[in-house]
Amino acid sequence: MTENKEYRIVTKDLNVWIGKNHILKDVNVGIPPRGITVILGPSGCGKTTLLKSFNRLIDLVDGVKVRGTILLDGMDVYHNTQDIEDVRKKMGLLCQRPTPLPMSIYDNVTYGLWVHGERSRKALDNKAETYLKKVGLWTEVHDRLTDPATKLSLGQQQRLCLARGLAVEPEVILCDEPTSALDPTSSRKIENMLRELKSVYTIVLVTHTLRLAELLADHVIFIYNGRVMEQGEARQVFEHPKSELTKSFMIGEIL
Amino acid sequence: MISKKAWDRIYERLLTVPSLIVVSVFISMFAFLIYRSIPILESKSLGHLLLSSRWNPDRGSFGLYPMIVGTIMVTVIAMMIAVPISIFSAIYISEYAPRRLKSTIKSIIDVLAGIPSVVYGMCAILVLVPLVSDHVGPFFGVDTTGYTVLTAGITLSVMIFPIIISMCVEAFQSVPLTLREASLTLGATKWETVKYVVFRKASPSVYSSILLGFGRAFGETMAVAMVIGNLPFVPRSVFSPATTIPAVIATTYGEMMSLPLFDSAIMFSALLLLIIVVIFNILAKVVIMKYSR
Repeated sequence: MTENKEYRIVTKDLNVWIGKNHILKDVNVGIPPRGITVILGPSGCGKTTLLKSFNRLIDLVDGVKVRGTILLDGMDVYHNTQDIEDVRKKMGLLCQRPTPLPMSIYDNVTYGLWVHGERSRKALDNKAETYLKKVGLWTEVHDRLTDPATKLSLGQQQRLCLARGLAVEPEVILCDEPTSALDPTSSRKIENMLRELKSVYTIVLVTHTLRLAELLADHVIFIYNGRVMEQGEARQVFEHPKSELTKSFMIGEIL
Repeated sequence: MISKKAWDRIYERLLTVPSLIVVSVFISMFAFLIYRSIPILESKSLGHLLLSSRWNPDRGSFGLYPMIVGTIMVTVIAMMIAVPISIFSAIYISEYAPRRLKSTIKSIIDVLAGIPSVVYGMCAILVLVPLVSDHVGPFFGVDTTGYTVLTAGITLSVMIFPIIISMCVEAFQSVPLTLREASLTLGATKWETVKYVVFRKASPSVYSSILLGFGRAFGETMAVAMVIGNLPFVPRSVFSPATTIPAVIATTYGEMMSLPLFDSAIMFSALLLLIIVVIFNILAKVVIMKYSR
């Protein structure tokens, strides 16, 4: 399956160690383009590690060792001639808790463009407006763009982070439990937004909540203890799980 | 039999005593200095004390201006050298150094902070003074003994490295990983992330560390007194000998006590020093409280 051309991200025999802990074991997964792929599994099973391996954020962890291959559109992410910034730019990240940068709302949205060399005020203004509108934040913040981003509510901050990620025009959006720190209304907004975005972007969402997976997933990868137990189309995995472990997770026996 | 609750109250009372002692020592020092400064403030105007450049206790002139200028010059030189070097090395230690090197450098810096200032002074006399008199001075075409404002400034800068570096390293390291990740995922390089995110997030602590370094430089006595030449004249250049408020207190107090008002003049300069250092420390706190949100 990993040779299949219809996947945007493919891992081949991916193994990750942090110190002496073998976190990911022979992971072979394929993430199809467009739609939402949910990486599901109990806490501490290696979901986030897998997500962060995709855009090499895992490099920041002390004592990490990565073996195997990750291909993004056929491009080897871990090849030593690979430009890391280029890889990362193609994949936006939405974390558990919003991560507003220590600057104004405006500077947050335009930060990515700025570091990629965009200096035209007009272009930056345009992009800021476009992407703030896209996440439904424009009407809420257009008259206070110079306020520090930390003044926004958590839910607004999370949408700001999404806008900031979208502004650098990634192809993939990586989400790590993006709604777990938010109130129900803000969570709903983010969920709806992801549903809208999935027609254009490849979305990979990590979660341990079955409800969220059932709500959003088009494709499911179930991980347990660092191994991929099952992957496939959402309906098939949910309705006819092949592995016993997946079954017990579905009925809440493993948390 | 004393009940547990009663013990609890006893300990609560008991534990306030040490803090009360500390606070009252500070307040009484302050009060004492004010009290002993009164004679000089009654006979000389504040303008004379702060702005006259004549320091001639046996003739009754107590102008502290030369010491004030000396202190400011030495402190400014020290900060100009220490701030950039400290901040850049803090960035290296926190962001770039491999883990083992990181902890080695950090412990070396802790040791540096603990070295008695007289040791710095001695090393400065042995190394820096000849360097300034034989090489730096001649390079600029100046004839100098080496006991200069510049020498004191350089010595001081070495002494405040550890303060600024360790505070900055701590500040940089406390910037959450998620913020760095956010910047990196947008395609920023490591340096861009350090410059725009880590440094900016940590900037209140950085400013605060600079202010604390300033306070330390202002009050440092021994090392400065050993290399500055201790002449109570307004320095004409960085290659002139001069003196500072703390140096003049340390080198003259107790010597000329028979002179009228001399004791009070020194008390007043100590009061001045205390006030300035306290202000810098308060500013350092205010900066942190106000901007670290």
